[in-house]
Amino acid sequence: MRMLINVPETVVADALRGMAAAYPDLTVDVENRVIVRRDAPVAGQVALVSGGGSGHEPLHGGFVGPGMLSAACPGEVFTSPVPDQMARAAAAVDSGAGVLFIVKNYTGDVLNFDMAAELAEDEGIQVAKVLVNDDVAVTDSLYTAGRRGTGATLFVEKIAGAAAAEGQPLERVESIGRQVNDNSRSFGVALSACTTPAKGSPTFDLPDGELELGVGIHGEPGRERRPMMTSGEIADFAVNAILEDMPPRNPVLVLVNGMGATPLLELFGFNAEVQRVLAERGVAVARTLVGNYVTSLDMAGASVTLCQVDEELLRLWDAPVKTPALRWGM
Amino acid sequence: MLDADFFRRWMAAAAASVGREAQRLTDLDSAIGDADHGINMQRGFTAVTAALAEEAPNTPGAVLILAGRQLISKVGGASGPLYGTLLRRTGKALGEAAEVSEGQLAAALRDGVDGVMKLGGAVPGDKTMIDALVPAVDALGEGFAAARAAAEQGAEATIPLQARKGRASYLGERSIGHQDPGATSSALLIAGLSAAAESAEG
Repeated sequence: MRMLINVPETVVADALRGMAAAYPDLTVDVENRVIVRRDAPVAGQVALVSGGGSGHEPLHGGFVGPGMLSAACPGEVFTSPVPDQMARAAAAVDSGAGVLFIVKNYTGDVLNFDMAAELAEDEGIQVAKVLVNDDVAVTDSLYTAGRRGTGATLFVEKIAGAAAAEGQPLERVESIGRQVNDNSRSFGVALSACTTPAKGSPTFDLPDGELELGVGIHGEPGRERRPMMTSGEIADFAVNAILEDMPPRNPVLVLVNGMGATPLLELFGFNAEVQRVLAERGVAVARTLVGNYVTSLDMAGASVTLCQVDEELLRLWDAPVKTPALRWGM
Repeated sequence: MLDADFFRRWMAAAAASVGREAQRLTDLDSAIGDADHGINMQRGFTAVTAALAEEAPNTPGAVLILAGRQLISKVGGASGPLYGTLLRRTGKALGEAAEVSEGQLAAALRDGVDGVMKLGGAVPGDKTMIDALVPAVDALGEGFAAARAAAEQGAEATIPLQARKGRASYLGERSIGHQDPGATSSALLIAGLSAAAESAEG
């Protein structure tokens, strides 16, 4: 195992201490694992709280700040946070305008956020929830846990965060968040498995020269394994899988997201191929973001997320944001 | 009759076996999940052990409610709420009695398992902890050893199943051929019951 850590038991706390030192605009409660924007609660504004397992940095702590999240709750590596954390976060950021939980569709995240909502409501805090489930690689049926939440989380947090910053009411911020999720789809590929600190070895065995199509963000194996493909072939596969599920009628936001161990040189090249496929399919691109935003520890690979936007969603996307990982307009 | 001490021994036995088997649980989870079940359960039961030592609840129900609350606030993931609900619901069903019969425990545990099924939405055959817990509760009328055997058989019987709940469900057919980590840890929890009974006799 080659990891820049002390011991597996303290990786999350150690990372939070380092984050606190790097970003004075954040209040980081290392013991209780809650990251809050320093100026919270902001009077008259709906607060956004998200969270999930650690190991996906900069998600979610890196998206805390004006124009995006009010607070984030990091769980253990790849493990949902606990209800106490989320209820504590909600209490810290609620200005009286209510709190929106943004939850990725994993059984643990859903159960813990639901329990937290009950705790917060007992304290008189108004809570609404947006469930993110954008991954087209997962077969969606009544008999499964449904689709995973992946890259669209960034779009939901940014756009709903902009609506909250404008002072829009909770029901409206919630419905905008839902609209963004409904208009978003993702597909991911892995070129290598990731190594969790607890296990110390790759979570699945991916021989050299093969790739996993439809991989998730937890090192859980994908749906299908194939011999290595070129960047262009992967872009064709991923974008077509998305467009098959969501025929585009509007311009799209594009997120080309690295899984943690793929350099920007490769991600930019992959983005060129994604843009080519979109152009060939006649899909207009409104904005593009390339980088490591929703990662999976040291996994090599990338995901593509498309979000169809109207003028209103695009305006909210362009609105100012100031967080450790996403920053423009201020 | 079973007193609070029996329930403390149950939790201690479960904590010990979860600690012993943590690596195996994590290995099972890395095959079809995300490789953290062992470390998470270990963290939860370490907290249970510490809380029981500190607060020393004196009824069976109070022991299980305290243990369940610890699991919810320390484990995270799906396991925290599900195991926490199992113990809390079972504890609530036992009420405030200082001692309970084996029959009362069986009925209360059935309440707990129903709570888990309602919360997680899983039914037998979905390749989850339910596949160990339901047969165990069914067999509890024949004694703790029978429940333990039924839970272990139930866990092994998850191997050929395709997961329909939890993270393994994202794998579809690729989840077939692996034993479910949640059913495996559930079998450890039930085995703790018979260990608690044996340690009373010895």
